[in-house]
Amino acid sequence: MITTIKGTTSAGVQTAISEIRHNLGAGSGMVFTLLVVADAADVDEVRDACLEAGREHPSRIIIATDGSSRSDRMDAEIQIGQDVPGEVITLKFHGEVAQHKASALLPLLLPDSPVIAWWPGAGPAHPSTDDIGVLASRRITDAMGSEDPVAALVERACCLAPGDTDLTWTRLTPWRALLASALDRPRGTVLSGSVHADAHNAPGLLLAAWLRSRLGVDVTFDANAGPGISQVTLTTDEGEVRVTRTDGKMATFSAPDSPTLAVALRRREVPALITEELRVLESDHVFTATMAELASDDSLTQFTSGS
Amino acid sequence: MTDSVTNPLRDATDRRLPRVPGPCALVMFGVTGDLAQKKLLPAIYDLANRGLLPPGFALVGYGRRDWDTEQFTDYVSESVKAHARTPFRAEVFRQLAEGLRFVSGAFDSAEGFEALRSTLTEVDAAQGTEGNHVFYLSIPPAGFDQVIEQLRRHSLVDKTSTRPWSRVVIEKPFGHDLASARELEQRVSSVFNSNDVFRIDHYLGKETVQNLLALRFANQLFESIWNRNYVSHVQITMAEDIGIGGRAGYYDGIGAARDVIQNHLLQLLALVAMEEPTSFEAGNLRAEKEKLLAAARAPRSLKSHTARGQYTAGWAGGERVKGYLQEDGIPHDSQTETYAAFRVDIDNRRWAGVPFYLRAAKRMPRRVTEVALMMQPAPHLPFHLNDTEQLGANALVLRIQPDEGVALRFGAKVPATPMEIRDVTMDFNYGTSFAESSPEAYERLILDVMLGDPPLFPQHTEVELSWKILDPILDYWADKNTQPEGYAAGTWGPPSGKTMLERDGFVWRRP
Repeated sequence: MITTIKGTTSAGVQTAISEIRHNLGAGSGMVFTLLVVADAADVDEVRDACLEAGREHPSRIIIATDGSSRSDRMDAEIQIGQDVPGEVITLKFHGEVAQHKASALLPLLLPDSPVIAWWPGAGPAHPSTDDIGVLASRRITDAMGSEDPVAALVERACCLAPGDTDLTWTRLTPWRALLASALDRPRGTVLSGSVHADAHNAPGLLLAAWLRSRLGVDVTFDANAGPGISQVTLTTDEGEVRVTRTDGKMATFSAPDSPTLAVALRRREVPALITEELRVLESDHVFTATMAELASDDSLTQFTSGS
Repeated sequence: MTDSVTNPLRDATDRRLPRVPGPCALVMFGVTGDLAQKKLLPAIYDLANRGLLPPGFALVGYGRRDWDTEQFTDYVSESVKAHARTPFRAEVFRQLAEGLRFVSGAFDSAEGFEALRSTLTEVDAAQGTEGNHVFYLSIPPAGFDQVIEQLRRHSLVDKTSTRPWSRVVIEKPFGHDLASARELEQRVSSVFNSNDVFRIDHYLGKETVQNLLALRFANQLFESIWNRNYVSHVQITMAEDIGIGGRAGYYDGIGAARDVIQNHLLQLLALVAMEEPTSFEAGNLRAEKEKLLAAARAPRSLKSHTARGQYTAGWAGGERVKGYLQEDGIPHDSQTETYAAFRVDIDNRRWAGVPFYLRAAKRMPRRVTEVALMMQPAPHLPFHLNDTEQLGANALVLRIQPDEGVALRFGAKVPATPMEIRDVTMDFNYGTSFAESSPEAYERLILDVMLGDPPLFPQHTEVELSWKILDPILDYWADKNTQPEGYAAGTWGPPSGKTMLERDGFVWRRP
């Protein structure tokens, strides 16, 4: 059921939700509140991602976006039931209200459960001090959503607060899983490594930083044509472990004393990323350590668009 | 195994990184069967799609069909497209397809097993599976002996070797009584190491077991009432709405007690009634379950506290259905029970005097598996008698399937009445608070076998203890040598099932 209310308040939205719930006779088993701050142009795409994530994590999802009207008001669209296990509320802020979004969001947070903020596009420079960011215990940004992903990621790495996370990191999980499982069996000591990716690929830089921080050896970043990350090599004293992916979908895996094998390694879409992100709400020490490693690397400026 | 090496890329706090098994080949017997087609093959694909299969993986089908690898690949692809949980992706299937092989042969064919052996040698090199093999026996119990004997004769398994390793997966029933279970165990353990034998109860997924453990041991609220001071009795039900369908050959002579009570319901009983394990490590968990099963016994009066029935023709859910004796392939004088119920007493401090009633049956009104802890009545009710007329016993119900969840039943005042108290239900559903598409039980099971994670698989001691509880009841029924009591299909079972509880002053709840 979709209900649209023009010019409303948080209390108005709350009343509408209760009415719909009552009519549906539906119980609520929602596990958290997800605040999404999106560009008006991206709202449909973002809502689709939220619906997919909401299927795994029934929650109250509030998408906040700027409206174009000049009058000062808030419009709400409430979607409950049908294909949504939780609630999806789209709030459009017009005029001056747009400067005070947090005041409208605060009353709508579910009691007693975690609050997560997500900026699918270019997020604030300091999410943890942002008006909406402070409402949340976990703040998800996406460096790839900004114009200069590498610069955005480096900036986040320099001011990372507990609870901050970035989808750049989430994009790496399949790569990290494959590399980690390659070292589950003894392969001798890793001597060095390299990551090949297109020049402005923030995930590639972060992957190199992760390998550096875990292995304590030199891991070079080599720019090529991509797409995305195209190759990772770990040189051990027994030979090379190598994962090569040239089409963004299918990779080959090779290691000493092992045939070359095919592995599906598709670049994942945002809905899959946000779903994974919502699954891990505890603090991620490995991410923190990796970002610290990234922040201490001064060679990165060559990969930002500004250089 | 992963734990013997320190992997610099792993970190205990890195919860995103899944454990991916090491290289291995999965050999599947009974690959053309219903279970393989609908559950096992799709589960393997789903694992690949979630990035949980190692790059070095092969799936070798063994069966009588005269297939080549290409035909087998088409078969797997069809089964995956029709039944997988996750979307079909060409590149994932391509990864899987590279390791697919089919070996044509019967269970007693020496050439077949020789061919299997050379195929395994071939994939060990070409797919890098390094000699690690899982043998999945998705076949009727009659075939177990043959296959295990062939594996031994053709030296496909080296029991002493842990690297490379060989593991075997067998499905219930694990024997048909204590003696046969012991025999089976002996045969299996002559070929496989006992740590390498995985007994699968596909009704009881790992998720369910873990949910149960979390509910019991992560909360203060429930554990304090989890004993004879508060619980009056416990009802464990597994009702199926279907008949025996095409499984006549398997079901007849087995019956409800052997089919599901021995393994599934007694495992549920053990998990619900056991003490807190020191940790959830395999050995500790098993120790508690074994202790509980050792303390559990059949009722003293088998006549008063057991019941068996057989469904007769009738209307079930708006459909006309056959009686058990009219089903295809069932002898007209079969004494096999399709309804089995009995009381189990647990002789320990926590549960002495609290009867556990178990029932399993086919052609019930609906499909449901649940454990209901029925609470004692409040010691004193400071209300008028009529106020609480509608108030039943409080109950905590653990629903296993469908819609896994927990329901709490308690009394509440009906609004706008002077003081009228009625039962209400507070219902929690895993499905609405968590993942809608949680991993299929089989994905977890197959993954655990490949990882070599045994915690939740029962070992033979548990199997034997379960038979010790069941054997006296089965013997009693066999000695009676009479037809089980009839019950109309689509009803909640025969009268003796009801009187069995009435004797103790209870009634079955309607699940």
